[in-house]
Amino acid sequence: MLTIPIEIQLLFAGLLFFLGLVGVLVRRNIFFIMMSIEIMLNSAGLVFIIASAHWKHPGGQVMFIFILAVAAAEVSIGLALILRVFHHYKSLDVEAVNELKDEVKE
Amino acid sequence: MNLFFYIAGIVAILSTIMVIAQKNAIHALLYMIVSFFSIAVIFYLLDAPFIAALEIIIYAGAILVLFIFVTMMLNIVIEKKKEKRWLKPKMWVIPIILAVVLFLDLVFAVYSIPFPSVDKGVVMPKHLGVALFTQYLPAVEISAMLLLVGVIGAYHLGSQEKKVTHRFFEKK
Repeated sequence: MLTIPIEIQLLFAGLLFFLGLVGVLVRRNIFFIMMSIEIMLNSAGLVFIIASAHWKHPGGQVMFIFILAVAAAEVSIGLALILRVFHHYKSLDVEAVNELKDEVKE
Repeated sequence: MNLFFYIAGIVAILSTIMVIAQKNAIHALLYMIVSFFSIAVIFYLLDAPFIAALEIIIYAGAILVLFIFVTMMLNIVIEKKKEKRWLKPKMWVIPIILAVVLFLDLVFAVYSIPFPSVDKGVVMPKHLGVALFTQYLPAVEISAMLLLVGVIGAYHLGSQEKKVTHRFFEKK
């Protein structure tokens, strides 16, 4: 049994979430952005498990299983999209995909 | 037991920092496996052994292996050279400041809410299964449809277009 106060546990999950957020904001490689999104999903699941352990309710663990299903679907579609982007632009740079950008008049 | 939590937490945070700061995609994925294993330890300590097993089997075993397959299909040698240009040190400053401000916000929020605890025993995997297939059954079916959409979407996006013209007629 853990006797750590729940605030510390929640802040640990929050720290992981913000590390993922920094990864999404800083990286320009689509691949690393996907990985940071995985980290954020995982830390959100960690919050559910902490709540489930604190209130002794199975709902949090059920939600973690749903997060797992969402992450699996997201990864399969996202990786297929990354493959398409790489074959089309020959690069993994997110800034290469800018065809919706307006033409700049000179 | 608390010591194990702190050790696993420090390992998780350090390996996550290595994931987001790494230039080589394969090394980042291996650090991410370490991070997921240490989070699985934390799940085990939080009385959720079934979820810890799922974390190792599905996250570290299936999702990250999918990532590694895709990394090996892409040509990351070229990307590694570009990565040095993309990842300048000054790019880290503003996102880290914003994240630290939001984190302080979170600290304030967490410490201003009371968390009344209940002592009603422990959630066994059996309770989890019963809750999943009675109370949450519609959500289970919706997530099954979501996975079907994932399969169909990945197949559709991953299939190459067929060539319809002979290469003699192709425009240069």
